[in-house]
Amino acid sequence: MRTFDYKPAGSVAEAIGLLQEHGSDAHLLAGGTALILMMKQELVQPEVLIGIRDIEELRGIRELPDGAIEIGALTTHRQAEHSPIVQRHAPALAEAFGHVATVRIRNQATLGGNIAHADPAQDPPAMLMALGASALVTGPDGDRSIPFDELFLDYYETALADEEVLRSVRVPAMPAGSRARYVKFLPRTQDDYATVAVAAWMQLTDDGVCSDLRLALGAAAPTPVRAVAVEEALRGQRLTDALIEDAAELVRDEVDPIDDVRGSADYKREMARVWVGRMLHDLLDEGAAARGAA
Amino acid sequence: MTTHQLSFTVNGTSYERSVPAQRLLIDLLRDELGLTGTKEGCSIGICGACSVLVDGELLSACLLPAVFVDGKAVTTIEGLAEPDGELSPLQDAFIRHGGFQCGICTPGQIIAATALLDEVQLPTQDDIKSWMKGNLCRCTGYYKIIESIEAAAEVQAREASVS
Repeated sequence: MRTFDYKPAGSVAEAIGLLQEHGSDAHLLAGGTALILMMKQELVQPEVLIGIRDIEELRGIRELPDGAIEIGALTTHRQAEHSPIVQRHAPALAEAFGHVATVRIRNQATLGGNIAHADPAQDPPAMLMALGASALVTGPDGDRSIPFDELFLDYYETALADEEVLRSVRVPAMPAGSRARYVKFLPRTQDDYATVAVAAWMQLTDDGVCSDLRLALGAAAPTPVRAVAVEEALRGQRLTDALIEDAAELVRDEVDPIDDVRGSADYKREMARVWVGRMLHDLLDEGAAARGAA
Repeated sequence: MTTHQLSFTVNGTSYERSVPAQRLLIDLLRDELGLTGTKEGCSIGICGACSVLVDGELLSACLLPAVFVDGKAVTTIEGLAEPDGELSPLQDAFIRHGGFQCGICTPGQIIAATALLDEVQLPTQDDIKSWMKGNLCRCTGYYKIIESIEAAAEVQAREASVS
């Protein structure tokens, strides 16, 4: 690993000041699992690392008055996985955090680092996208909120400007009758990246009509992607097995996977279809069971 | 290149060290403190050979900047036995149950299992497999490792109920 300067910041304002001072030579360092790894491999060679792990205002998970929750950028994956607030709000989100790598990495890696790293095979981003989350960032000109649908531009590239700091992620309230799920297809080993991953949020009315849904896929394109055509085919419909099977076919054209050790692009397209279909069936069954129990 | 003055403990002993920003914990432990029980395998956070505890939390020393342990308490494999040399229940169980073959992954396996038993007194086999999936054994002695952890958990639970 090349030499560099380490400059710890005590506040977001101080971190932004250091980013302005050092420009593109600088990177923010939180947990370090992704960045240190890329520096060891000399894929990135920053001259300055700005330490943000002591910034208190980036910590904590809270419930907001409108029913949303806000997760601070320095929350580790393990804290999010075990947070009663996250588990109560969206169990599938806690589960997605728990799918990342191993306990060791989840103890060190942060939510903010995961998102800023923008690895399309990561688990939380697709789930957050399906939940309609947005990222709150602060820069020299103040705060702005970026919806997850607009956050990822390409492999390892986000919409954050060079001098912006990701503060937190806001996950909106879960309306009545809505539920979410995450599935990670792992045909090789349990600590692997997904071959494909499917995250879904769906709202069903009392009479079984899908009033709204969001589907996002991980490890299937240069960024996490929404399966908009599948969503459009099902929104407002009373779901049947045939309708679900037909809609799931549409996901093939929404993903853009690569050939790698986890399978060919064709195989991943087919697995995207299979897992989207299973996901929709499961959400429908779960919704029916919940109504039956009510 | 900035240098940083660190104050930390390893296995209960206090240290003051000045380190360059790029120093990683694995190198601080092995090269500067002579604690070579912590091994470096993959160097990319996957294999678990460099597992250590920092304030009780299981981490990869190969990915951890040394500046992160300022003010913290580090535990390595050298710190598990009692001062009189009596092994921890996990160390003892790994010997009794053949939980190692070549031994290179063993310090990491035992440190990871120590963190597990700190959190869950009597883990199920599934708990053990899920927790330990981050520690690879290329001799593939996984069944014996699971057996060792189960045996140690029973010993520790028995000791806890007696005391």
